[in-house]
This record gives sequence, structure tokens and C-alpha cells, in this order.
Amino acid sequence: MGTLGGAGLAAAVAASRARTLGMEGERRASQARSSGLPAGGADGESPGGSAPFPGSSGSSALLQAEVLDLDEDEDDLEVFSKDASLMDMNSFSPMMPTSPLSMINQIKFEDEPDLKDLFITVDEPESHVTTIETFITYRIITKTSRGEFDSSEFEVRRRYQDFLWLKGKLEEAHPTLIIPPLPEKFIVKGMVERFNDDFIETRRKALHKFLNRIADHPTLTFNEDFKIFLTAQAWELSSHKKQGPGLLSRMGQTVRAVASSMRGVKNRPEEFMEMNNFIELFSQKINLIDKISQRIYKEEREYFDEMKEYGPIHILWSASEEDLVDTLKDVAGCIDRCCKATEKRMSGLSEALLPVVHEYVLYSEMLMGVMKRRDQIQAELDSKVEALTYKKTDTDLLPEEIGKLEDKVECANNALKADWERWKQNMQNDIKLAFTDMAEENIHYYEQCLATWESFLTSQTNLHLEETSEDKP
Amino acid sequence: MEQTPPDPERQLQPAPLEPLGCPDAGLGAAVGKEAAGAGEEDSGVDTMTHNNFWLKKIEISVSEAEKRTGRNAMNMQETYTAYLIETRSVEHTDGQSVLTDSLWRRYSEFELLRNYLLVYYPHIVVPPLPEKRAEFVWHKLSADNMDPDFVERRRIGLENFLLRIASHPILCRDKIFYLFLTQEGNWKETVNETGFQLKADSRLKALNATFRVKNPDKRFTDLKHYSDELQSVISHLLRVRARVADRLYGVYKVHGNYGRVFSEWSAIEKEMGDGLQSAGHHMDVYASSIDDILEDEEHYADQLKEYLFYAEALRAVCRKHELMQYDLEMAAQDLASKKQQCEELATGTVRTFSLKGMTTKLFGQETPEQREARIKVLEEQINEGEQQLKSKNLEGREFVKNAWADIERFKEQKNRDLKEALISYAVMQISMCKKGIQVWTNAKECFSKM
Repeated sequence: MGTLGGAGLAAAVAASRARTLGMEGERRASQARSSGLPAGGADGESPGGSAPFPGSSGSSALLQAEVLDLDEDEDDLEVFSKDASLMDMNSFSPMMPTSPLSMINQIKFEDEPDLKDLFITVDEPESHVTTIETFITYRIITKTSRGEFDSSEFEVRRRYQDFLWLKGKLEEAHPTLIIPPLPEKFIVKGMVERFNDDFIETRRKALHKFLNRIADHPTLTFNEDFKIFLTAQAWELSSHKKQGPGLLSRMGQTVRAVASSMRGVKNRPEEFMEMNNFIELFSQKINLIDKISQRIYKEEREYFDEMKEYGPIHILWSASEEDLVDTLKDVAGCIDRCCKATEKRMSGLSEALLPVVHEYVLYSEMLMGVMKRRDQIQAELDSKVEALTYKKTDTDLLPEEIGKLEDKVECANNALKADWERWKQNMQNDIKLAFTDMAEENIHYYEQCLATWESFLTSQTNLHLEETSEDKP
Repeated sequence: MEQTPPDPERQLQPAPLEPLGCPDAGLGAAVGKEAAGAGEEDSGVDTMTHNNFWLKKIEISVSEAEKRTGRNAMNMQETYTAYLIETRSVEHTDGQSVLTDSLWRRYSEFELLRNYLLVYYPHIVVPPLPEKRAEFVWHKLSADNMDPDFVERRRIGLENFLLRIASHPILCRDKIFYLFLTQEGNWKETVNETGFQLKADSRLKALNATFRVKNPDKRFTDLKHYSDELQSVISHLLRVRARVADRLYGVYKVHGNYGRVFSEWSAIEKEMGDGLQSAGHHMDVYASSIDDILEDEEHYADQLKEYLFYAEALRAVCRKHELMQYDLEMAAQDLASKKQQCEELATGTVRTFSLKGMTTKLFGQETPEQREARIKVLEEQINEGEQQLKSKNLEGREFVKNAWADIERFKEQKNRDLKEALISYAVMQISMCKKGIQVWTNAKECFSKM
């Protein structure tokens, strides 16, 4: 591990720039154990009065942080006063909110334009063919005004595997934060080919969302791997990927996790029990809503297909009717216009509602994983406490270990709690927006159809009036 | 064999029976005028004084349907539906109606009535019956004849059938029709006693005529093509409409699932809960609104179906014409050959091969007396033939004239009715859209309050 001082510097610098919109947790300075840092305000703004460290905006300090692979938002306390052993790959980001609920000052998902300093777009999917495989890369353009970035604009190409890697790193670094979900590897039903245009487009949009959600997350946005992902050239990224704990150690962690997660569940604090209940129910409901929404889309598509055939029959009919030609042709025209309106409604659904609902399906899976990881961290503590209680092993070092683990658990819990509130807020906004959009699409659809048929009716009435006035002697 | 203008016996006698006025149904508003002019139908039969009869109007309704069990001709138990037919006479002055007759009939009796009318009025486009079995169904509707919705729609169809006949200038005066409305018992026997089944043209004969007729009236040929096209296009339209209805049903009903899930979800949400719950309620409303919408559309489909079946009635008139024309052509041909035979016998030349000629060669010439006898017979036959040809010609022309008059009447009715149906379809769509706008506006409000 690198110099702690540098890390602390980096953390402080990060603090001065931390955006706490929607995130009420980052009052690192406000807790009792902190030292050397100014107390943060309670209004969610980054402390303007925090003493700028010399060279704080220099990239050199940050380079050290990068090497450390630390999360800049880490509690300085942990950096200065605690053992460096805490800075392992399972490091977490502790956030000590004074009062979480009072920190909810922002309900918009997107940051205010004037506060956002990292803009990412994902576009231009391209197919690459090698002798071994074919795959798609996506162009990622990053525009930023942040000092820690070498330049203000970056353009890289990444493939799905790279996104998977990034997600994995984020989960490792922040086991109890709610990491945004990635679109699925494959979609089981409905897709025959991986490279179907619709599939690629849906994935592209989801990947775009993924990166932007990370960028808007107060903690994750400063993650080093994230930065590398956005900026490194292909070869740089692959060499960077090779660093870090090997496959075996990660596997070991998984085994431990499975073994101990059950224990963690038993001693789960009340609020996390509630959270878990919510997650379970939410997961059920959002999955159902996902299915329902997909089904509606399918039914609308089939309705549209049938409607396409319906109008032309009236035209065909008009060919054999002299007196009804105009009426029949007009009816055909109305049906065709309603057909187009249906098409528009469908595309609105697939753009506004379906991706959002599906993202939250993936989020619900993610949440369950977060719960498990929290439980696992707790289980580690519990097993040590148990060992101490029953004096199973050599208990000299135990109290110290237990102390560290207690801190770890507390940090993990607080991180989750804070992120949970933020996530819930976002979820409510997103769901509300998505369904409001859906309602809007439907209203618009019916309004269009109404106008079509009403004008038909008017023209028929006018014709009738003309005819009857002609008949009059 | 061929049908002369309607049998005087079947026409209504002025007394003691109440003359059958033509009801003031929405159909055939110009009936009064036509009815008066239809007096020419019973040419030579002065059983009516015309205009006075149309002062009394009647209302016919098929007001109820009832499931019944009974024994059929083979003494086996069967279930069938009976329909109550009520006839009211309306006083012209005050518009009050008085129930004059009410009886129950089943579908097969309606069929009998129609078959009778087809035989006795071949020059009329006889209104069709509603379908015997449900066709063009979409999944929600059952194809079961006992299904209440089907029975209801059939009831309406049967009422429509009777009203069409009652508003037809010629058909409305038929006695059997009158008895159908008034004589419950023995009506079937009465119909059968007319012997109409015997008078019916055989299908085979008609088919033969259709193939072999040489000079049918072009208008009828065109009419036949038109009726084929009409049948084909309406069938197609009804099929696609049924599929569209099916899909639309699916779209609406799936939204109902939102209602349930939102309600369950609202239980775990604090801030969003109320919005979700009430939005869910609107989704339920939306989902259930499709039932009424599609029921209305079914009536529209029935209106189209009537004209689908009318196509067959049109073809029946064309077939009749072809049959008569063929008959005429055959008679003319027969006459021509007889004349030729006669000529040959008279002049002694044998230009054509004949059996007589063969036998003459084989067995010897016939005597002059024999030949004279034969010529005489032939001349008689020729005379008869010429008379028959004349009357057939006359019949044929009468038929064409009368048929064409009714076809013109039919065309106008069809144009009016179909236009009205299409407009009513638009009205239905408008109503559906308005409902949709309302539900989704309410839902949107709930969502935005979440």
C-alpha cells in the first residue's frame, strides 16, 4: 500500500469536491473519530470552509491514490488511525450521516447541470471479428472538468466484458453500496441472435445508463477503476485488469461468503430486516411488473399487425361499391392513422417504461447481493465474537480483531443505509416518471385516434347535409 | 312449374282479417309510396283497396328468448331456444300501441318461413336470417348456440328479419307471413299445405341452367359478380375484425394485472403507496372497459353479416333468372327443331339425321296418311310451343322487370344501411377513445402524485 498521507490528501481533496446531492452520508468530518479535517455542514454541500491542502488540485496526489486503489471518500479516520490492514481489496466506504432523512435535499436523479462535471455517452456499436470470436464494442466519450483527469475529453472503445470487469471491481471495493446494474449477458426469450439490432440498441442504452448512474453516485464516481475504464487505452486497460487479487483469492471469498452469510442473517439488525423484507417484496413486484409490461408490448405489437391489414380491406371493398367509395376510403384512412398512432405508442412504451422497469428488476437482484455481502461482513464479526465467548482458539489477538471488525460492520451498515435512502428516492422518481410517461403516451394515442374519427364523422355529416339540401326541390 | 304472379289465394282478403300495414320501422322509410305502387304486383287481382290500408301501422318485436326442452320428430329429447314475437298495432292518431298478438317460435320455424318466401317470391331479394351457428368468433365469444350473448344477438337478428319483411312493399302482404305472426298452432301445417316444397326448383336444375344458359341478361351476370365480391370482401373484413378484437381484448386485459400488482406493492411503500393504489384502480377500470366496447362492436359486425348473407339472396334471384332464361332458350330450341322436323316431313327432304329416317330406310317408307298424321301432331305441338314460348317470354320479361325493381330498392337500402353502419362504427371508436383518455388522465394524475 502506498503512503497514507497521500491517501489522506486525496481524500480531503475529494471531500472538497464531493457532491452530496441526494446523498446524505458524506459527513466524514462530522463524526467523533475524525481528526484533522474541518467539520462539514449539515446542508449537504461540501464544506467550503475545508482547508485546501497544498497542491490539492494537483494530480500527483491523486496518482498516489490511484496506486493505492482507494476510494477517495474513505473516512480519514480509517486512513490515519486504523491499521492499514483495513485497506484491503474488501475496503468499504464508511459514511456517517448525522441524520440520514434530513439529508434528503435532492430528489432529481440527474445532477443539476451546473454541478455535474462528468458527462459520459455510450454510442456507435461496432462489430469486431477475430479468428476466435465476434464481439461488439461501444464508443465511450467522456467530457469532464475534473482536475484528476489528465484531459477534458476522452474517447475509448469498450466491450461488454470490460463493463463486467468494472462492475466486479466496484462491487469488490464497495460491497455494501448499491452498484447500478448491468444489462444481462443474454436475453433468454425473444432473441435468437446476439447481434440483433434491437438487442444491441437496448444494450447500448442500458450501458449508457449504467455509466451515468455511476457518474452520479457520490461515492462511486471517484472510484479509480471507473476512471481507468473511462480513460485508458485498450492495452492500458488489459494490463490494469491483470492486477489485483487473483482468481483463487476471489473464489475463496465467495466460499467464505456462502458459508457465513447464514450466520449474518441471524443477527441482522431490525432496520436491515425491514430492508430485506422490502427488497424481497419489491423484487417480486417489480418482476411481475416487468412481465406485465413486456406482455403489454407484445399484445400491442400483435394488435398493430392485425390493424395493418384491417384498413386496406375497406379500400378493396370500395372498388365494388359505387355509392360508398368515399365513405369506405375515409374509414380506411382513419384506421391507418390509428395504426400509426399505435405504433408510436408502442415505441414510447419501449423507450420510456420497459427499460426502466427492467433496470429495476436487475437492481432488485443487485440489492439482494448487497444484503448478502452485508450479512457476510457481519458474520465475520459474529464468528470471531463466538470464538472469543467460547474460547475456542487462541484469544489473545481476538479483542483487537473484533474491534476492527466491529468498525468494519458499522461502516458497512452505514454505507448501505445511506445509499439505500438515496436508491429509494431515485427508484420512486424513476418509477413515477416512467409510469407517468406511459400514461402520457396512452393519452396522446387516444387523443389522436379521437381526432381522426371525429373529423371523419364531421365530413360525413357535412356530406349528408349537402346531399339532403341537394335533394330538396 | 314457373311462378306466375302471386297466387290470389295467398293474398290477404280485406275481411275479416286485419290488413297488414307496413310498420313504421326505421327500415324502408319510403315504403308507403312503394307499397301503394306495388298494387301492380297483383295485376288482375282486385283484392285490395290500396292507400287506406297503410294508415294502420304495426310494431313487431322479438322480445324474449327462452330455453326449452321438448321432443322432436323422432321423439327424442332436445333443447332449443324459443323466441317470443309480439305484434302491436299502433293507432295513427295518438301513437298508442295495443298488443294484438304474441306467440313463441323457434329458429327452424323462421327458416321455414324464409324458405317459403324464397319459393313464392323468387324475384324478391328475400331478407336473410341471422346465422344459425356463430361464425367469425373471436376467442372470448363462444361458438355455443346456447350461450346467452349469442342468443341475445340472434334475438335481435330475428327481429330485424321480421321487420325487413314487414317493411317490404310486397312481402309484407303475404298471408303466411301474417299467420306466422298470429297463428301459433298449426302454422307449420298450413305452410306445408301450400306445397311450396314441391314448387321449389331443384338445385341440380338450377346448377345446370347456370352452366348452360347462353344469353342471360347482362345486368344479372354483373349482379352475380357483385354479390360474389361482396361476400368475399365482407367475409374477409369480418375475419380480420375478429382478430383485431381479439388483440385489443388482450391489450386491455393485461393492463388489469397492473391493478393487482400495484395494490400489493403499495403495501410496502410509504410515500408512493397511495398513488400506486389509486393508479391500480384505474388500470382495473381500463381493463374492464373493453367488454362493453367489444359488445357494441359485435352489433356492428352483425350489421355487416346481414349483408354478407344478403349476397346469397341476390344470387338466388340471379339463379332464378338464369333458370327462366335457360328454360326459355330450351323451349325456343325445341320449337325450332320441331318446326324444322315439320318442314322436312312436308317437303320430303331429309336434311338432318333422324331416327325416323333410319327406320324408314330399314323398314320402308311410311304411308302418306302416316306422314300427314305426324305433320298434324307436329303442327299442334308447334302451336302449343309457340304459345308457351310467348308466355315464357312474357314471364321472363316480367320477372326481369320486377326483380330489377326490387334490386334497385335493395341497393338503396344497402347503401343507406352500410353507410349508417360505418358511421356507427366511427361513433363507437370515438366513445372508446374518450373512455381511454379519461382513464389514462386519471391514472396519470395518480402517478404524478406518487
